[in-house]
Amino acid sequence: MEELAQLAGGVEEIIRIDALNKWFGDFHVLRDISLRVRRGERIVICGPSGSGKSTLIRCLNGLETHQAGTVVVDGIELTGTLKSIEAVRSDIGMVFQHFNLFPHLTVLDNCTLAPIWVRKQPRARAEAAAMKFLQRVRIGDQAHKYPGQLSGGQQQRVAIARALCMTPRIMLFDEPTSALDPEMVKEVLDTMVDLAKDGMTMLCVTHEMGFARAVADRVIFMDRGEIVEEAPPIEFFANPKSARTKQFLDQILDR
Amino acid sequence: MPAPPRIHRSPVHRSVLWLRANLFSSPGNTITTLVVLGLLAWLGTRFFEWAVVNASFGKASVATCNALAGHGACWSVVANKWRQMLFGIYPQAEQWRPALAVILFCLMLVASATRSMWHARRLIALWGLGTLVCTWLMAGGLGLTPVPTALWGGLPITLMLAVFGTLLAFPLGVLLALGRRSQLPIVRAVSIVYIELIRGVPLITVLFMASIMFALFLPEGVSFDKLLRAQIAIILFNAAYIAEVVRGGLQAMPKGQYEAAHALGLGYWRTQQLVILPQALRITIPAQVNSFIDNFKDTSLVIIVSIFDFLYAVKQSVVSDLEWRHYFVEGYLFAMSIYWIFCFAMSRYSLWLESHLNREHRT
Repeated sequence: MEELAQLAGGVEEIIRIDALNKWFGDFHVLRDISLRVRRGERIVICGPSGSGKSTLIRCLNGLETHQAGTVVVDGIELTGTLKSIEAVRSDIGMVFQHFNLFPHLTVLDNCTLAPIWVRKQPRARAEAAAMKFLQRVRIGDQAHKYPGQLSGGQQQRVAIARALCMTPRIMLFDEPTSALDPEMVKEVLDTMVDLAKDGMTMLCVTHEMGFARAVADRVIFMDRGEIVEEAPPIEFFANPKSARTKQFLDQILDR
Repeated sequence: MPAPPRIHRSPVHRSVLWLRANLFSSPGNTITTLVVLGLLAWLGTRFFEWAVVNASFGKASVATCNALAGHGACWSVVANKWRQMLFGIYPQAEQWRPALAVILFCLMLVASATRSMWHARRLIALWGLGTLVCTWLMAGGLGLTPVPTALWGGLPITLMLAVFGTLLAFPLGVLLALGRRSQLPIVRAVSIVYIELIRGVPLITVLFMASIMFALFLPEGVSFDKLLRAQIAIILFNAAYIAEVVRGGLQAMPKGQYEAAHALGLGYWRTQQLVILPQALRITIPAQVNSFIDNFKDTSLVIIVSIFDFLYAVKQSVVSDLEWRHYFVEGYLFAMSIYWIFCFAMSRYSLWLESHLNREHRT
């Protein structure tokens, strides 16, 4: 059916997850997850902590390996072999909760490291591209500083620019604003909204429901390793079907 | 907010306050301070009298020293025998060669310590070329009289064993540290066995193995240089210690650094080379310098396999001379000061290196 849909309407699937299962020891962290993501789609994943949402997106670029089921990213199946994982990784950008910038390198060097060593770009070209992305996240004037000299919000924008420098086809965001001071959340979300407007395929684990309303095509609610509900944001917020979703939304929207 | 008012005090006033607060805060404290100061003053004067006031300097004869009857130091022993102390039994007429080699070697060390030299190509060129020239100076050939390594001795030996013993042990140590943390069971097992085996035995044993036992395993008639064998033994020995220091640094690295590097598509070796090691090695600088200082001093153990290092050359030049043999204390003090100069320079350099590299703030 999916193949037919692709042929007929050009609805292109960039991520296909089927019956994904994962355990941490005895703990069943992901249960029978199946998910399709189209190119250009923006998905927000939310859910209580420990629900497996971070683990799910980390399975997409092989930071976690799964024990059962299939994950196909951009036509490549992640089988756990190093080759398949490295092939997928350079096409997926990832932004972490704690930024994970390289503290011993300047902002610019953080951004050019992978283009130079993975993509084998000449330094001058990599730097020019990096400056373009740094300017796009409005941080071009800090290019020669070290990460430790920047605020949390600035660091997270550098992390986004660093991921963009690899010209990824998919961007994964793992709670990108959770470690930020409240006044810095907006600058990072604005950057993400800009990115969404440009048509980037995005999967964001976040509790920023305003962001979900503004840009998400679909909101996915996870609990105890399962996808409990998925719906377009208007429907998701106005009309949650499951009791667990309602309870979760009550808790976080009351803040 | 206005700055709190600052009380301006003269430096003299400030030091008086410091003294009162730290040394004379109570009667007990005052007494301790006075007793310790008195003891230090007495020892200091005694030493000063012996080492400077009553001492014999310059190339005075042994009779002059004997006339001091132990009331003054006989630095003349150093003035008379410094060449033998520094270069051991290296042929007298050729001693300009080890002297030049030592100077060159020290220049190479200073050059490598300078920021502008920190490029892999420059360092490899410097050390490749420098080592060739030093070896040529020491060993001879190509126009110079050949001198077999059995005649090498003194400071060049100590410097060579210490510096190459650390320099070449370093890459091996890093590989062992990575191996010990590897997810490949065989690599991990080999690294653990190697590190624990070497750390479990004294350097003397390893030197002994290299010098005597090793020859038993080689076929009849095949042998290679004893000095080289000792050098290799020291390298292998130090590598195990360096590995553990590096492992400490690796363990301090947050998991997020690996994840960020992997997420960007960097493989294992690139991640180590570009992200992990530059940070991990930086935090181990104090421990690395500590082990280098240890290595430097431990080289004096090579006399156990009849290699005549600096300390042995100093001792031998005094003790084996019937006339001068009583003045070994002065000889040892001379050796001590040379060791101290090198070790102190290293420790100052490590402080500079740390502050230089830590100028970047960490996240």
